[in-house]
Amino acid sequence: MAIFIITLLALFFGIALGYFSIRFRVEGDPIVEQIDAVLPQTQCAQCGYPGCRPYAEAIAKEEAEINQCPPGGEDGIKALAELLGREIIPLNPENGSADEDGRMIAVINEETCIGCTKCVQVCPVDAIVGAAKHKHNVINEYCTGCELCIPPLCPVDDCIQMQPIELTVSTWKWTQPSPYDHGRAA
Amino acid sequence: MKKLWTFKGGVKLAGFKNLSKPSVVKSLPLPKRIILPLRQHIGEPAEPIVEVGDKVYKGQAIATSKSFISASVHASTSGTVIEIKKHNIPHQSGVSELCIVIETDGKDEWYPNIKPNHNPEDLDVDEIRARIREAGIVGLGGAVFPSAAKLKPTRQIDTLIINGVECEPYITCDDALMQSCPDEIVQGVLLLRKLLSPLECIIAIEDNKPDAIEAIKNSIKKLREQGEGRVATIKVIAVPTVFPTGGEKQLIKVLTGKEVPKNGLPYEVGIVCLNVGTTAAIRNAIYLGTPLVSRYVTVTGPLAKQPANYEVLIGTPIEDVIQAAGRVSVDNCAVIMGGPMMGQLLPDSQSPVVKATNCILLEDITPDIHTNVMPCIRCGSCASACPMNLLPQQLYWHAREKSFQKLDHYNLLDCIECGCCSVVCPSKIPLVHYFRFAKSELKEHELNTKIAEQSRVRTQVREARLERIKREQDERKAQRKADRLKKKAAKQKSVEETLVE
Repeated sequence: MAIFIITLLALFFGIALGYFSIRFRVEGDPIVEQIDAVLPQTQCAQCGYPGCRPYAEAIAKEEAEINQCPPGGEDGIKALAELLGREIIPLNPENGSADEDGRMIAVINEETCIGCTKCVQVCPVDAIVGAAKHKHNVINEYCTGCELCIPPLCPVDDCIQMQPIELTVSTWKWTQPSPYDHGRAA
Repeated sequence: MKKLWTFKGGVKLAGFKNLSKPSVVKSLPLPKRIILPLRQHIGEPAEPIVEVGDKVYKGQAIATSKSFISASVHASTSGTVIEIKKHNIPHQSGVSELCIVIETDGKDEWYPNIKPNHNPEDLDVDEIRARIREAGIVGLGGAVFPSAAKLKPTRQIDTLIINGVECEPYITCDDALMQSCPDEIVQGVLLLRKLLSPLECIIAIEDNKPDAIEAIKNSIKKLREQGEGRVATIKVIAVPTVFPTGGEKQLIKVLTGKEVPKNGLPYEVGIVCLNVGTTAAIRNAIYLGTPLVSRYVTVTGPLAKQPANYEVLIGTPIEDVIQAAGRVSVDNCAVIMGGPMMGQLLPDSQSPVVKATNCILLEDITPDIHTNVMPCIRCGSCASACPMNLLPQQLYWHAREKSFQKLDHYNLLDCIECGCCSVVCPSKIPLVHYFRFAKSELKEHELNTKIAEQSRVRTQVREARLERIKREQDERKAQRKADRLKKKAAKQKSVEETLVE
């Protein structure tokens, strides 16, 4: 009798599990989605992978460490560590250093642009417009500051440069008050 | 006697209001240059409609906007437009924004199209709204929200509140206005009453301004004697002097007991709240046809030589105002726009007086806010003082940690930055500074998230496109190959056929 009941239960749960695995099938790997959501989407490839998504996949497969993203910086590593339950580790200097100057965007000097379309082709977010032998231009709102388009890719020396975005009332930030000195001040 | 409610928290502060003697309003000599920022309000900046070299008259519109939440800018005196370029604006960041600079001609000549309206009562409500919009009127209490956008609510308005509370220490410009122009304010209230048809109209004044209360009451009495029956519906109410009663949400709570919902506007609970200065400006726009070209500014503070209220043309350099008020230089002197609690420390005095400038406060160079800061002892004074029912102590920890989710959870964005928590903190922790810092961090974080999301989508679209192009190329190649083979086969077949024949 006991064997019969156990077999029946096993059969029931087996069918149920089989059914629900089809019914509530998850497309893709949800952990990759979550990691990808934390990454800054600069698509700069400084991590050694061609973009943020491939890096997210590598982290999910534990092929890559969580400290390979310079644009994400310290905050990014903290967020990844929290998400994956890993230790916070410092940024790997081999991948570059975190940018402290705030958001930078590429600016094309129209005087020197020769219209080679190299930057147009490489831009990961289609933020550069232009046709062969015509001046190119960057759509500021879309530029992620990945630096893929600057020399040596650009064959002209002083054509594409990274510049900080213009400070306005809405982008200006208050500075952090320095933490208290535990009453030891003079 | 109307029942009054109270809001939780708040602090009692020393007023220093007698310093600037609100019973007299002085005028200033015409400045040599007028600098008019294109954004002196919340919303989209106005767009210039004049060019460099144009002659402009006082009251002439020089920048307008089609956007609903925006306001026009008018020349505040006659002269010539000499520049349209970036110039310092009065903001603690010291950043520049696009401004129209006018060299004054000293004639102060009004635009010929501006004529007084002899029968303002005959205008219909849409016409009044349109004129308020054209006059570039924004909330003069400090929030500078375009007034026209407030005056077309989508539901029945129960209470119209005219805010003459002016709860910040030192500032007396609204007090001065109520004493010198009470009739204008009362006539303005009647106009607003016509637009909004509220069930009741309240003019709220803090009980430390008995002269202003008296002046408004007398004006109402006078108008009633002249046969204006509608003024009977206007109540003048003295509210207790507690900072920040002048805050819109706090005043609404005190007068009606209602609370404005989070992220909501007062009209959602049936209330419209306007400053006394705004009300007078609306009256002048309708009765006299004049746009907003000047305002009352209190120049005061421990370092002001002749503290007083001045009628100042919008766009007058702050330096000129300070000089007119007796102080030759601003060295060793902190220039604050607004009051000591919520004002902004200006990095320079080259910037102009704008529509939001209610006070120029001259104080000792602010001592470093970090000196003598002691650790938080968790006394909870800040939470008792917070008029928004927030937990400043919790917010403080999370602001230091930049924990965005927690900050949001503790409703950081509901903080009105009134400064009550900083004032009561026994450890002298600059709490409001932390919250301002955290707010800008939160804003940047949200912007970055938005940019990241946009970049993700654009990358996906690009990759899909590249893949499609590659696939199409491959398909074309395969097609060509197939075609070639077919042709070859056909050729061979025909050769074979000829051979057979």
